[in-house]
Amino acid sequence: MNKFDRKQMAARVAQDIPEGAYVNLGIGLPTLVADYLPKGREIILHSENGVLGIGPRPAKGEEDADLINAGKEPVTLLTGGAFFHHADSFGMIRGRHLDFCVLGAFQVSAAGDLANWHTGAPEAIPAVGGAMDLAVGAKQVLVMMEHLTREGQSKLVERCSYPLTAARCVNRVYTDLAVIDVTPEGFCVIEMVEGLDLETLQRLSGVPLKYQPAARAA
Amino acid sequence: MINKIFATAQTALADVPDGATVMISGFGGAGMPSELIDGLIAQGATDLTVVNNNAGNGDSGLAALIAAGRVRKILCSFPRQVDSWHFDRLYRAGKLELELVPQGTLAERIRAAGAGVGGFFTPTAFGTRLAEGKETRNIDGRDYVLEYPIHADYALIKADRADRWGNLVYRKTARNFAPVMAAAARCTVVQVRETVELGALDPESIVTPGIFVQRVVRLTPMRKAA
Repeated sequence: MNKFDRKQMAARVAQDIPEGAYVNLGIGLPTLVADYLPKGREIILHSENGVLGIGPRPAKGEEDADLINAGKEPVTLLTGGAFFHHADSFGMIRGRHLDFCVLGAFQVSAAGDLANWHTGAPEAIPAVGGAMDLAVGAKQVLVMMEHLTREGQSKLVERCSYPLTAARCVNRVYTDLAVIDVTPEGFCVIEMVEGLDLETLQRLSGVPLKYQPAARAA
Repeated sequence: MINKIFATAQTALADVPDGATVMISGFGGAGMPSELIDGLIAQGATDLTVVNNNAGNGDSGLAALIAAGRVRKILCSFPRQVDSWHFDRLYRAGKLELELVPQGTLAERIRAAGAGVGGFFTPTAFGTRLAEGKETRNIDGRDYVLEYPIHADYALIKADRADRWGNLVYRKTARNFAPVMAAAARCTVVQVRETVELGALDPESIVTPGIFVQRVVRLTPMRKAA
């Protein structure tokens, strides 16, 4: 079966980010989206630790320990970028000033509930970071994740079995198999990887999927 | 003449008692006042409650304070990291209490303390296990969780430059939690790279006015690999 690799997933998400958008890219896979934003568009990247206007990764040897992103990786600042303190940074998030955030996930439910901070394992040390603030605050919450767990379980679910990050917050999900909108009627597939049919995707997905290739809500 | 500049970390931290609540600025290593923390370890205060975004990285700074067994409880948003081994060990051994707070709620609870706000309603964490047992309210059709301010006895923060009145400017993303922590603590101690004459900082560019700062120490950071 064909699958989008991580780069193809990132490139697909990047296509949906329009000119002028203020965007927060989550730690891990979503950070890759920055590399695929169309060159002609002016898009402003935000990071929770107090920066707007993140530029490309610095060249080797040019890293500055005082200029990092939320993943604690060295970054650069674009001309026009700005620094601010943590409470202002989360005011931007919670106050609905960000147009998009892109987050990873363990599970997304048909109602748009997101589980991405805790597997529920009793021995796990919990860590939440800014995930709950981003999930309730961004105008559009985009999720990037593998369609299936390593064990082959669908990460699109009827109800999240893992602890919630936020309820009813996800707008669109990008997996390695498909692009799926969360609608009032549940999941609606708008694109699939080449060669995949809805019947196969449905069998893998464990939750009812509708199909509407023309829908472009996000 | 007002002069908030102290000669050494030792004198600036001499009165921190056992059991104090201490805010420590920084996001990972950026903005962490590592040399002040070394001073606190040398000073010996223990049974501390620490407020920081993380729970220490590697073996220096906050991680060293934790490793020294001085921390009883930590309030943070993201303790678990690849290099948080000192926290992990003590937490699993039941020797370190954790209050996990979403990052924006942590920042706002600190801000609320400094701004004299008795509590606030936030949509963050509503309906999740981090809001269990907390008061909630529906305001204009949206659900919120009641959160309370976090006050501190001391804040140990890092800035780039200061004058003798305690006015501060920061450097890049090392600013992070420092301005809100400075306002939330009864006594704010700042580690700076450079002290300058009064008037040398542009009044339009001062980020933390000296009213939020009690003590300033110039400390040269030990350069470490990023």
